[in-house]
Amino acid sequence: MLPDELKNKITELLPSASFEEGANAASGWVTLNMEAGDWLAFATNLKRDPSLAFDYLFCLTCVDWKTHLTMVYNLDSTTYRHNLVVKIKLDRNKPEIESVSEIWRTAEFHEREVYEMFGVNFLNHPDLRLLILPDGWEGKNPLRKDFDDPVNMIKL
Amino acid sequence: MYRETEIVTDMGNDLVINVGPQHPATHGVLHLVITLNGETIKKVEPHLGYIHRSIEKMCESLTYRQFIYVTSRMDYLSAHINNHACALCIEKGLGLEIPPRAQAIRVLMDELTRIASHELWWGAMAMDLGAFTPFFHAFRERETITDIMEETCGARLTMNYMVPGGVMQDLHPSFQQKVKDFLVLYKRKIHEYDEMVTGNVIFQNRMKNVGYLSPEDAISYGVTGPSARGSGVKCDIRKLYPYEIYDKLQFDEVLETGGDSFARYMVRLREMNESIKIIEQLIDNIPEGDFQAKTKAVLKLPKGEFYTRVETARGELGVYIVSEGGTTPYRIKFRSPGFSNLSVLDHIARGSKLGDLVAMMGTLDLVIPDIDR
Repeated sequence: MLPDELKNKITELLPSASFEEGANAASGWVTLNMEAGDWLAFATNLKRDPSLAFDYLFCLTCVDWKTHLTMVYNLDSTTYRHNLVVKIKLDRNKPEIESVSEIWRTAEFHEREVYEMFGVNFLNHPDLRLLILPDGWEGKNPLRKDFDDPVNMIKL
Repeated sequence: MYRETEIVTDMGNDLVINVGPQHPATHGVLHLVITLNGETIKKVEPHLGYIHRSIEKMCESLTYRQFIYVTSRMDYLSAHINNHACALCIEKGLGLEIPPRAQAIRVLMDELTRIASHELWWGAMAMDLGAFTPFFHAFRERETITDIMEETCGARLTMNYMVPGGVMQDLHPSFQQKVKDFLVLYKRKIHEYDEMVTGNVIFQNRMKNVGYLSPEDAISYGVTGPSARGSGVKCDIRKLYPYEIYDKLQFDEVLETGGDSFARYMVRLREMNESIKIIEQLIDNIPEGDFQAKTKAVLKLPKGEFYTRVETARGELGVYIVSEGGTTPYRIKFRSPGFSNLSVLDHIARGSKLGDLVAMMGTLDLVIPDIDR
């Protein structure tokens, strides 16, 4: 699907979605902002809808904007080869979002990484544990901007 | 990492064993906790982080010129392609035009790296299965490539040859001749690979029908590179989303439909020949001109977000840069192929015998620093 068709189709599915233009969509892909509450149902549609068929989640990550967190999902369709970026704002003090590991299995590992690095709580995740950080790691999440480790971090 | 309570509750009649973090077959510090019923695998649980350096966090405090070099330490076997991905992403942000000579050099180096990486994989995988000789044969050819790299880039493994705008310096005068010598050597020796390993009955029995991965699962688990192409999934970024001059070159995307370890093995072997094809097309046709575009000493990316996808020897590498307009990236994410490829190990290993696990890990071609980052 061409970007404009994709936008129309998505607006049909999710009227509350707002599209980003310019610098924040510099990757050249259709980029949309949405609410965390609609995510699981919308994600299911993205994969199941035969005209969208987003079956490949090639990147899942999070950005700490100091005032809030943003989840970024990059999707690709192996049938139509169109791409989509979904961004979801989360509350920084209590970040919570539904897990999509049932829809795209690769999300299981990526969500575990985001969980330990950013402290995002993925609801209904099958196995939400530390993956990279050592067992018993408590306190702050390393990839948040206010993380400080005076012993191991060298200030440039 | 492994809680004692879990051992007690999970055990029953099962046996829990640890493979790694110090184990020769994991090729690095990968820790697998394997639950066995007799000799049958019930669950494989990877525990990561033994070589975690938090490269993403480090990059946030390094300038755009500096952080490229850190990425050589992710997937050290495709160090050059990692650097390439970062350089491409920065160039995308700056809107830079790359001179044709630099593009050709980059592609040549990428393909040489890919061959070197697959050769090391071939030797190491055969060694995992108990054959020691192939390792030396693979290294014989690989050594000529690392020598070429050393001469032009100054390093054998972590090349650091890419800079935003092109490559760091021009090719060494003897580069073309040496690459041609390598092509002759490679073509004379490649049949030995098949005679020694591919055609071996014991080897085939250990590889065929082991670790089956269906195309749907490969996509769902985000498996990319030769591991996914062994299941017949078209995922070569060089073909799907061409970068540099890949759209002008003649080469095929290698696909096998078996989905088992043997199919993944065959994809990598055949892929080396495709890389040879690309090198042959380019080696006599390197355009004259600049090897680097003119750039400012201090690079500043405009505010925004940039993403590039490239095909490394292991699969799709994604570089995601979020810029606030400063001299350092605000946030950087590396979508490493190894991380996703590892996540499928539990799925394909369940129900097989413990002895086959090494064959599966071998054909997934895991590089641990790439997984941990």
